[in-house]
Amino acid sequence: MPSLLQNLWFLLVAVLFIGFFFLEGFDFGVGMSLKTVAKNEEEQDALISSIGPHWDGNEVWLIAGGGAMFAAIPYWYASLFSGFYLILFIILLGLIFRGVSFEFREQMYTSKYRELWATIASITSFIVPFFFGLMFADVVQGMPIDAAGDLSAGFFDYVNIFSVVAGVALALLSYMHGLNYTRLKLAESPLVERAKQQLKVLYPVLLLGEVAFAVSLYFFTDFFTTKPMITLILLVVIVGLTLLAWFTNVKDHQGWTFMALGLVIATVVALLLIGLYPRVMVADNPANSILLKNATSTPYTLKWMTIIALTVVPIVVCYQAWSFWVFRKRIQVGGDEKYGN
Amino acid sequence: MDLITGLTMLDLSRFQFAMTTIFHFFFVPLSIGLGIIVAIMETLYVIKGDDTYKRMTKFWGRIFLLSFAVGVVTGIIQEFQFGMNWSRYSRYVGDIFGPALAVEALVAFFCESTFLGLWSFGWDRFKKGVHLMFIWLTAIGSAFSALWILAANSFMQNPVGFKIDHKFGRAVLVDFPALLTNHQLWLEFPHVLFGTLLIGPFVVIGVSAFSLMRHKNEVTFFKKSIHIASFIALIGTLGILVTGDSHAYKIQEDQPMKFAAMEGIREDVGGKDKQQPWSVVSYTNPKTHDVEWSIDVPYMLSILAHHKLTGYNQGTETINKELHEKYDKKFGKDMNYYVPENTLFYAFRIMSAVAGVLGLLAAIAWWFTREKSNYDLTKYRWILWIFGLSTFIPFFGTTAGWLVTELGRYPWVVYGVLTIADAVSPNVSFASLFISNIVYFLTFTALGGVMIYLTRRVMIQGPASVDEEVDEEQIPADPFSADAFDEKGGNN
Repeated sequence: MPSLLQNLWFLLVAVLFIGFFFLEGFDFGVGMSLKTVAKNEEEQDALISSIGPHWDGNEVWLIAGGGAMFAAIPYWYASLFSGFYLILFIILLGLIFRGVSFEFREQMYTSKYRELWATIASITSFIVPFFFGLMFADVVQGMPIDAAGDLSAGFFDYVNIFSVVAGVALALLSYMHGLNYTRLKLAESPLVERAKQQLKVLYPVLLLGEVAFAVSLYFFTDFFTTKPMITLILLVVIVGLTLLAWFTNVKDHQGWTFMALGLVIATVVALLLIGLYPRVMVADNPANSILLKNATSTPYTLKWMTIIALTVVPIVVCYQAWSFWVFRKRIQVGGDEKYGN
Repeated sequence: MDLITGLTMLDLSRFQFAMTTIFHFFFVPLSIGLGIIVAIMETLYVIKGDDTYKRMTKFWGRIFLLSFAVGVVTGIIQEFQFGMNWSRYSRYVGDIFGPALAVEALVAFFCESTFLGLWSFGWDRFKKGVHLMFIWLTAIGSAFSALWILAANSFMQNPVGFKIDHKFGRAVLVDFPALLTNHQLWLEFPHVLFGTLLIGPFVVIGVSAFSLMRHKNEVTFFKKSIHIASFIALIGTLGILVTGDSHAYKIQEDQPMKFAAMEGIREDVGGKDKQQPWSVVSYTNPKTHDVEWSIDVPYMLSILAHHKLTGYNQGTETINKELHEKYDKKFGKDMNYYVPENTLFYAFRIMSAVAGVLGLLAAIAWWFTREKSNYDLTKYRWILWIFGLSTFIPFFGTTAGWLVTELGRYPWVVYGVLTIADAVSPNVSFASLFISNIVYFLTFTALGGVMIYLTRRVMIQGPASVDEEVDEEQIPADPFSADAFDEKGGNN
């Protein structure tokens, strides 16, 4: 059995990753919609302004999650990151080009180059959640891991039906989360209307995706054998929240829609991590699965990290929430809101 | 080893780490330094209420934001690649190294990114003082991030506060505060911080010099910018010389091989009442490790290294023997304790020369931009060219500095504890590494290219490009009043 501190840190890493997918999820969605919803530069400007002050801070949740994993569960960090080398490499390239794209676009001189960087932002905003979904699905379905904890896998271990379904699902969720965010943050305009029309079509698609996810979860993982109750409950919650989001979207309760779909993302990530527990890496040979109780730092280090994290994280949450509150005013397409200083 | 290229996985991993870190470290000190300068300019604006300073804040803020963006995205690689490329390292020292990195993210990254967002988008929403606080919080956040990452690096250079857990086969932390009281950290951190006070200012000086050739109507703006920047650069020079000197002093004890290679000492030199000559240039044969030729200045090494006319230092030959005696039991007889002498020797000299040249240039720049000074700088194009090109000089200094520091701890990744060969990921394929090396290289070339292109664009547009914003933005009397926000989303 993992100790209390070990469980606490598994939970904290989970919270940081869930926070990342909830917050950066809509940034990804808004990024994608630069090409799929916006029709001109003014609309792109408005979309970028809506996430401009926040996306960098949202991305730090990933950095903090990775750092917390390194500090508290280093054997997980080492096996996961080296085992998914190429996938994380693609994610890194996505994050790099996406990270500079907003700033570079803003400062470009000709509309041709501004369009180029908008396209880059759009594509990379899809790539990152897609490959994260793919990777998490691989982790829970079991990969070839040796006794030392080193993962060496082939192409079809990484790319299979389940992992592609999970990747598409996470990317789609992020996209819709972004559209909901746009509806929440932008004042009425044709852009917002297009987002609304797209969402109407996308909710049934998402439900289909969730069914596909649940079915492949049955065939590719041991979730239904080891934890049938909690898995079923969470799947029902996911579908229920999706229906709630759909319903409130039709009724135009934008705040509710946004929260409901955000919670779907959080629940999907939570479901994967709960199914993973008490392992941190699932091996195709169960004897080689890496267990939480064997993967963490020492109690001494965990104690220090607990003190620091429990002091700092609440402060961080406060000032980040404050920054959202400060910029709560709706943005006009073609308004004077500018990106950059 | 790969048959075609003759490279090992270790070579590729080391090359990739060096490449990504060096590129990242172009932008880190640049954005810390520029952040401090912009913060100082905005402080002057708030105190004096003069719009010139607001124009400066906004204009240099554009370049600051660019460098910050590139610094952030190249920094994500750093956190990921310990696990990706150095998994055995991550397992072995994760208990110690991980916390430093995690605290960096929790304490520093959240702070700088959130408040940078507020600063950059909040010009028309906050009172001057509150807005000023944002840029200082960003600058302080980035300085904190340097503190924690250097605490991690200092552990690698001079491991403290740990013991070896033989059951698990890893190093574990026994004294967390020791990571922060490590004397290596208090040599590195101030040195890096003063370094940022050279890199940031010289970009301001360089861009101003080029702009003076183009924007003849903005002479006051750029002269003032140069004056502020060169004053900060003078502080930077002074600080970097003092901290660099005490750093070199301490290395003699901590890592004698690094010091001997830096100074090209093959045989033991000096002794009680004996002077030690200092080599200006020299060549060490990489195979025999003998110094084949050198040009020496008598007494100089004693003065530099011991602050006296006499002194004693061991040469690489003796140190090699001693290291074998000390570590053979632990690491085996086949270890090579020699470091690449010529690289360290010249990198050290380049770093020192850069500091000297920059100090001199900063002094000249400061003198000729005083308000009393009547020199019309725009008439001396060759001087402007020198200052313009000096933008690039500091980057040679930081790169050389890191080469000395990191190559000098060879063959260890954690000095005396874990070798580089034992740190690398065993399961990453040669092909993956080869691809990531090439793609990173191309990516960095592209990013660097766009960065220079955009900086040049900002320069060509000149300060006039921010005037519209400077004039338009009205600061609401009460930032939280009903006028400042319209809940229904209407336009004010």
